[in-house]
Amino acid sequence: MDNSINNTGFVFTKESLRKKFRWSEFLSERIITGVAFLSITIIILIFFFVFRETLPIFKQKKEIVKVESVQKQEQYGGDENAQPTNASGQEQYGVITKDTMMTENQVVGEDTVIHGADEATVKSLLGKDWLPVSDRPRYGLIPLLVGTVKITLLAILFAAPIAILAALFSAAFAPPWMREIIKPAIELLAGFPSVVIGFFALMVMASFFQNIFGYDTRLNAFVGGVAMALAAIPIIYTITEDALTAVPRSYTEASLALGASRWQTALFVTLPAATPGIFAAVLLGVGRVFGETMIALMATGNAAMISVNPFESVRTLAATIGAEMAEVVFGDTHYSVLFLIGSLLFIFTFGLNALAEFYVKGKLVKRFQGK
Amino acid sequence: MNRKNRITGALFVGTTAFSAFLIIAVIIILLVVIIIGGKDTFSWKFLTSFPEDGMMKGGIFPAIYGTVLLVLIMSVAAVPFGTITAIYLTEYAKETSILAKTIRFAVRTLATVPSIIFGLFGLGFFIKFVGGGMDNMFLGGQLKWGQPNILWASLTMSLLTLPVVIVSVEEAIRTVPREMREASLALGATKWETIKRIVIPGSRSGIMTGTILAVSRGAGEVAPILFTGAAYYLATLPTSLSDQFMNLGYHIYIMATQSANVDQTLPIQFATTLVLLMLTFMLNLTAVIIRSRLRRKAK
Repeated sequence: MDNSINNTGFVFTKESLRKKFRWSEFLSERIITGVAFLSITIIILIFFFVFRETLPIFKQKKEIVKVESVQKQEQYGGDENAQPTNASGQEQYGVITKDTMMTENQVVGEDTVIHGADEATVKSLLGKDWLPVSDRPRYGLIPLLVGTVKITLLAILFAAPIAILAALFSAAFAPPWMREIIKPAIELLAGFPSVVIGFFALMVMASFFQNIFGYDTRLNAFVGGVAMALAAIPIIYTITEDALTAVPRSYTEASLALGASRWQTALFVTLPAATPGIFAAVLLGVGRVFGETMIALMATGNAAMISVNPFESVRTLAATIGAEMAEVVFGDTHYSVLFLIGSLLFIFTFGLNALAEFYVKGKLVKRFQGK
Repeated sequence: MNRKNRITGALFVGTTAFSAFLIIAVIIILLVVIIIGGKDTFSWKFLTSFPEDGMMKGGIFPAIYGTVLLVLIMSVAAVPFGTITAIYLTEYAKETSILAKTIRFAVRTLATVPSIIFGLFGLGFFIKFVGGGMDNMFLGGQLKWGQPNILWASLTMSLLTLPVVIVSVEEAIRTVPREMREASLALGATKWETIKRIVIPGSRSGIMTGTILAVSRGAGEVAPILFTGAAYYLATLPTSLSDQFMNLGYHIYIMATQSANVDQTLPIQFATTLVLLMLTFMLNLTAVIIRSRLRRKAK
């Protein structure tokens, strides 16, 4: 590098132009980068800790548990589902605290049983009965899965068309002043706590729909589905609107120049061009409904049964966790099964998000670049 | 043909307009029903007094206090970390680097994880792992931190609201003009000095929007605190981080589904819902206004 002299007489050399090492710069960059890793760390930790609690189901666990005051006696006479390893064949359930069990166990030294989560539990996961607190607990996930799928379908069936049409209206037809009202209003709906929507569904919508349709169970999949649609509409609307406004102007202008009217352009040009984005919007809506807890807890009736009738009660996966985790014994099979349900929910929403992210966005970009 | 076309068009536009107005109508109905149901019970005394007669009468002060405390602790945790992550994504990371892409994906995933999963994570990680570990290490197995309390609930909630902060702050940082940064750097300021003196002050409104949105989200969510610290009824206010707390949303849920006499307490439930709705509504409205100003500025 040539030495150049400016009018102050200062000589720039290779040496003087080199970035000076500053501790403050170095530290700030390192700290900021470190903090940015936090989001990734959290995701990994969630994966790890939610899965960790489900592990006892899958391995033959022989765990010594401390049983406090006798609450309930349970007989395992000829029951193939549970095989207690102590000779008496009797098992007592009580409040078990994992953290304190070893120390207390040594002090008390009695009432200990070997608690084995056996393979039968794993098999019962595919069963049709969800009876976690019966004499012979069964953890069949099928009714919960059916309930969740049913309510998700119902909610999306309501939410998707309305939200997409509304987005089309505000993106293509509405005058600017109207758009300025509709968009923030729907964003406000997104800010309504789900417990408020659940309360509204429970107290108002359930009776309202019962008067119209005259069904027997006041709280059912239909009421829950409509309420969850309210939670899903803002998500679907916002992302669809973004996708519609992201369609290049040249598309619509070309269509209009060819003599198509505004509604034809919107329906046959803008909408198809934005399909990947709309697909992503619906996927994220599905994710929201699938994992929604409070509305499901409050408005669906929470009865685990297998049926296709939309006017019957359902119990969803998320609601099951919400309803039962508070009462469950730490470290119990029931506890692990609830964490297993959580893992399923997590994997499912994670998959949906990944699909929406990579597949759909890639497609959208390619399409607009004309490939 | 032309006429038929025009009718179809009018019908189609009408349908889209109907959908939009249907959503608006439902929002208005929801607001009106809650306001009408709650306005008779709603009073200053209702806000400032304790529940009485086994929650059949009285106010909701402990629930409001608990909610405010929850969002305060949550913000202390979520806002700095969220802001710093946003600064990293906009100022330090290269748009195309794998690391930045991974962080973005993680943030979006965090935003879509069902809130109940955060509750499970709070139970498995904060309460059992961290809290239980602390008890074993410092208290010799005595149960203090290894059980639900307001600290764990707030931290759980902060994970949920982290993406809200990140997205808002990032959006705001992008509105700080490039020329301002370049001018600062040309005057000899270092990168960190530029961020400290130019970028952060320039995106103050975005940080505020993010905080407001996070607070509103945190105040309304119930699922993450169901088993990480919320209590049905407490006679005293929480005084330490290891205490449990009452919460507005949880109060509504419990009163509406599990109280002994749901019909009798209906006015209280409506009024509590009204309080929660007003709280989140006001916060969101503020955020929407600030944000739309910000967007106009960006254009």
